[in-house]
Amino acid sequence: MLTHLKQSILATLVLTLLCGLAYPLAMTGLAQALFPHQAHGSLIEADGKVVGSALIGQAFARPDYFLGRPSATTDSDPNDAGKTVPAPYNAAGSNASNAAPTSKSLVADVGDRVAALRAENPNARIPVPVDLVTASGSGLDPHISPNAALYQLPRVAAARHVGEGDLKTLVDLETERPTAGILGEARVNVLKLNLALDKRFPTRQ
Amino acid sequence: MTAAGVLQVILFCAAVTVTAFPLGLYMARIFDGGFAILEPIERRAFRLCGLKGEQEQHWTGYAGSLLMFNLAGLLLLYAIMRLQAWLPVNPAGVGAVAPDLAFNTAVSFTTNTNWQNYGGETAMSYLTQMAGMTVHNFTSAANGIAVAVALIRGFTRRSARTIGNFYVDLLRAVLWVLLPLSVIFTLLLVWQGVPQNLDTYSQATTLEGARQLIAQGPVASQDAIKLLGTNGGGFFNANSAHPFENPTPLSNFLEMWGILAVSAGLVFMFGRMVADDRQGRAIFLAMGLMMLAGIGTAYWAEADGNPLFEPLGVDMTAGERAPGGNMEGKELRFGIVNSALFATITTDTSCGAVNAMHDSFTPLGGMVPMIDMMLNEVIFGGVGAGLHGMIVFVIITVFIAGLMVGRTPEYLGKKMEAREIKLAVLSILVFPLTVLGLGGLSIMLPAGLAAVSAPGPHGLSETLYAYVSTTANNGSAFAGFSGNSLYQNIMLGLAMLMGRFLVIVPTLAIAGSLAAKKTVPASAGTFPTHGSLFVGLLIAVIVIVGGLTFFPFLALGPLVEHLSLVAGVTF
Repeated sequence: MLTHLKQSILATLVLTLLCGLAYPLAMTGLAQALFPHQAHGSLIEADGKVVGSALIGQAFARPDYFLGRPSATTDSDPNDAGKTVPAPYNAAGSNASNAAPTSKSLVADVGDRVAALRAENPNARIPVPVDLVTASGSGLDPHISPNAALYQLPRVAAARHVGEGDLKTLVDLETERPTAGILGEARVNVLKLNLALDKRFPTRQ
Repeated sequence: MTAAGVLQVILFCAAVTVTAFPLGLYMARIFDGGFAILEPIERRAFRLCGLKGEQEQHWTGYAGSLLMFNLAGLLLLYAIMRLQAWLPVNPAGVGAVAPDLAFNTAVSFTTNTNWQNYGGETAMSYLTQMAGMTVHNFTSAANGIAVAVALIRGFTRRSARTIGNFYVDLLRAVLWVLLPLSVIFTLLLVWQGVPQNLDTYSQATTLEGARQLIAQGPVASQDAIKLLGTNGGGFFNANSAHPFENPTPLSNFLEMWGILAVSAGLVFMFGRMVADDRQGRAIFLAMGLMMLAGIGTAYWAEADGNPLFEPLGVDMTAGERAPGGNMEGKELRFGIVNSALFATITTDTSCGAVNAMHDSFTPLGGMVPMIDMMLNEVIFGGVGAGLHGMIVFVIITVFIAGLMVGRTPEYLGKKMEAREIKLAVLSILVFPLTVLGLGGLSIMLPAGLAAVSAPGPHGLSETLYAYVSTTANNGSAFAGFSGNSLYQNIMLGLAMLMGRFLVIVPTLAIAGSLAAKKTVPASAGTFPTHGSLFVGLLIAVIVIVGGLTFFPFLALGPLVEHLSLVAGVTF
């Protein structure tokens, strides 16, 4: 019995030191030496200030920006710490709606989002793509589908006073294809697209 | 469903199959102590843990060591969580974990379940994630492998009293299988964009001028073992749906491979250790066929989309410019096929990591992960746990085949007698007893019912999923289920303990009992266990046992919800 006890304690300590400290710390050192940009979260800086991460979506509302997907993240209510309030793209609290497919509120939310998109995009030429009205799994999805960008294109072009053809060229340039032509979906990184937009077609004040 | 989607499934299955065989042969040699070059390091590690050489253990000693080691780890993890506010490496300044949540989480990681009633970025310090979660990801996986290896020794040894040494098997699994794979895997994940740092959370000013706080941490090192050890506990709340845990389609492909790699390899290890590769192949085939059925169903159901969105004018057709289908709770870079594939394999194995929210799957799509788990986690299963669970089903299958022809059943030269069959049935019965007992209680008591978020049949699915997932030591969730209450923390913790240790102990008893037997040579009357007839019979036994037990629940939950969805009824 005593041997059992001694061995269990020793093995727990040895494995905690090996797998819980040596391994993650060695990996941290190695990762930061080999891939410093990725290891620190692929942060994007502009004028020396961090504007976000290339991997993490952020909330957009202005008509002259492309909008990302709906986000179900929340934050604690400033007035009542026990409650939460909607806070889209809260990158310190990833979350999904976890709504059932038969949920009344999900169907109502999607209906509202479709109506809002139609009101904001009266000149859209294609039907509303599903990714633009459904919340992502993380609430931080950085991407929209090429069709979702195309849907918003006339609105952004009008707001920035640029030709739709020129804007389409930029969107195509920012579209990522499936990896090696096989894996994953074609997609547009909304933050990167909007950064390129500000650079190429700045909004006139 | 698209051609590109089907191609990705084929590519994935090919990658797993091709790597599983060499990995299996390697592990077979490792657990026989076959590499002389590793011996000096091993000897030192054994001594550090208080072992005097490779002392062989009787099955009771093996089980005793295992239980004692798990208890020690559980208590340490509990202590770390309770004290994290006062311990170092806590740049985000998170507070101590409440006692009931700490109990649930400690049990969860000790049992390889990784059910999470908390969000990692808001509740756990970096120290807890590293010295607590990451350690248990290694040790709980190594525990499963150790039990599988011990059970295999039951078949390979003759008239033997012992089945190996628990700590020797545990340390070998960590040192030579899980740790080296994790080192390579971590670097691949970081290359793809998974962070690995001890930084404070980053402050960003968005393009529209808002402030965005971005959670950071030693994510990659924990994610690597979370997948390779089929643990599944995410660093962040959104698990592998979070772009920091799974940033690209390539990282997703690697993660899916990581979930299956070791479990699939162990099946071939089994064949090699019993000196008959055909036995491993037959089991691999049975597992593979059941997995493919699940993938096909989930992919089809999710690609079909949500019929309630159609009248709203939402475009759900898939093409090169849009993923289409049911995208609620899914990430765009993965689309439908990679979400359905991930959901299927994460529940075939006991991983439970998710890259899409199962709660928002269509009723039939969400039923696939549920059925995967209800079949007792033997479709590859958790590392080790899946294999020893499958071997128990094999024992039941040869028993039933033996009854049909009126002969004493045998498997791999060992006669299966009353004692083995009783133990096998006992280990299989623990699962439905726990799920239906505790799950039923949760539906009856107001304290349990409070956790359900969805009204109607989906609410039943949420509860059922929670108890199936915890008992099967999977850990994925219909995450609308709020498990962080005193009642659920304790009851789900209990389900995880029962689903783990009440299965392991009888399994080790079978190992001990088999090791003590003589080997009988195969005769004309021996039922061959490597042909297609056996594969078919094995699948049938697994499906019938799982199906008969849980069909009433499936009928009232996902099937009713599916019919409602088709009829346009919402809740």
